[in-house]
Amino acid sequence: MIALLRRDMALTFRMGGGFGLSLAFFLIVVMFVPFGIGAESSTLSIIAPGVLWIGALLACLLSLDRIFQLDFEDGSLDLLATSPLPLEGVVAMKALAHWLTTGLPLTLAAPFFGFLLHLPQGAYLWTFLSLLAGTPALSFLGAFGAAITVGLKRGGLLLSLLVLPLYIPTLIFGAQTVTMIAKGQNNTTAFLILAAISLFTLAIVPFSAAMALRINLR
Amino acid sequence: MSLWEYANPTRFMRLTDRVLPYVTVLTVICLLTGLTWGFFFTPDDYKQGSTVKIIFIHVPSAMMAINIWVMMLVASLVWLVRRHHVSALAARAAAPIGVTMTLIALFTGAIWGEPMWGTYWAWDPRLTAFMILFVFYLGYIALWSAIEDQDTAADLTSVLCMVGSVFALLSRYAVNFWNQGLHQGASLSMDAEQHVDNTYYLPLLVSIAGFVLLFLTLVLLRTRAEIRSRRISALIAQERLR
Repeated sequence: MIALLRRDMALTFRMGGGFGLSLAFFLIVVMFVPFGIGAESSTLSIIAPGVLWIGALLACLLSLDRIFQLDFEDGSLDLLATSPLPLEGVVAMKALAHWLTTGLPLTLAAPFFGFLLHLPQGAYLWTFLSLLAGTPALSFLGAFGAAITVGLKRGGLLLSLLVLPLYIPTLIFGAQTVTMIAKGQNNTTAFLILAAISLFTLAIVPFSAAMALRINLR
Repeated sequence: MSLWEYANPTRFMRLTDRVLPYVTVLTVICLLTGLTWGFFFTPDDYKQGSTVKIIFIHVPSAMMAINIWVMMLVASLVWLVRRHHVSALAARAAAPIGVTMTLIALFTGAIWGEPMWGTYWAWDPRLTAFMILFVFYLGYIALWSAIEDQDTAADLTSVLCMVGSVFALLSRYAVNFWNQGLHQGASLSMDAEQHVDNTYYLPLLVSIAGFVLLFLTLVLLRTRAEIRSRRISALIAQERLR
């Protein structure tokens, strides 16, 4: 399992275009918001938590089809499926690799992008924490969507249509965690539910995604 | 004799062939009675005036929108567990009806909302939940049409329906947390204290029965069409081999 994780990480780092791309995309989304809405810092600081969350979510979406597509095309996914490692484990490791190469960098970058949007004081830590708790769910749900659409020729758009509705609870509680602290309210409930959704996703997705992969590899 | 015998397409076709005319007639009767009674023979509400009468379309379609998804979930589970093709085809046949019901509920709600709340659309939890349900339906239908192999499509949409149900339910309660609502609580309840007044309740029940029967008629028709189209493609494949 560790070997698979290292292989996937190495592939993402060395292939080029995969690793930095989502970060760049995130930056561009954040940059476009003032263009669209205007540069008044009072407006920006109100919408900053939501923009950071939506930006991170969309950036995460970009690289989802890479989770299984390339391995499916060159046949290594079939090899992995016949290996002694259960397919659920393969899914979990691939989703984890996706999180380490996409979700984690986005989480680390988000507080810095928060400066650009005049995020209120005190919300920086919670932006970081909420994304840290929420992005694993994004990666795992994305792995589920990728597993369903892996055999399709034009799966990219469909993948977004399938995955984005599944992101709704994570987005709501993630953005609420930050918004509430920015407004000076107590955000413990939102954060705990966010963490619960994340853990729940981590628990069920490997099984459902492995089920979808088995159907696609049949 | 058990229910599962009707999972055989031939038996299903024979049964539905016999049942369908009766169901269709019942649908027409219930819908006509419920809607005519509701529209013309109920008094105007003292506060809402005659706009209240849209309830006879709004509530049944909203109920059906949710229940059709539940029916699809059950049919998907039956397909995954027992591999009855009729079940998968019924789920497929139900989805477009469900999406139409969701749209009807959203549109009648908007028409009703304008005079009552002063706005066609508000980001109210219930309204938002319906919008989310609509998106889930779209994804489900899109996945069906994107996959060529029918059995793979049935499998994958079933898995999607299962996971989607969990997250749709989660979203439905998440939006409660996210925003306060304008929408009233339950209009229907076994408990007479809670539901709408009897003058509206009885025609509403008839309308709901009409909508349920309408769904039944449509889903049977569409499932029969799916079975026939499956048979035709099998026949075409046979001809090619010859």
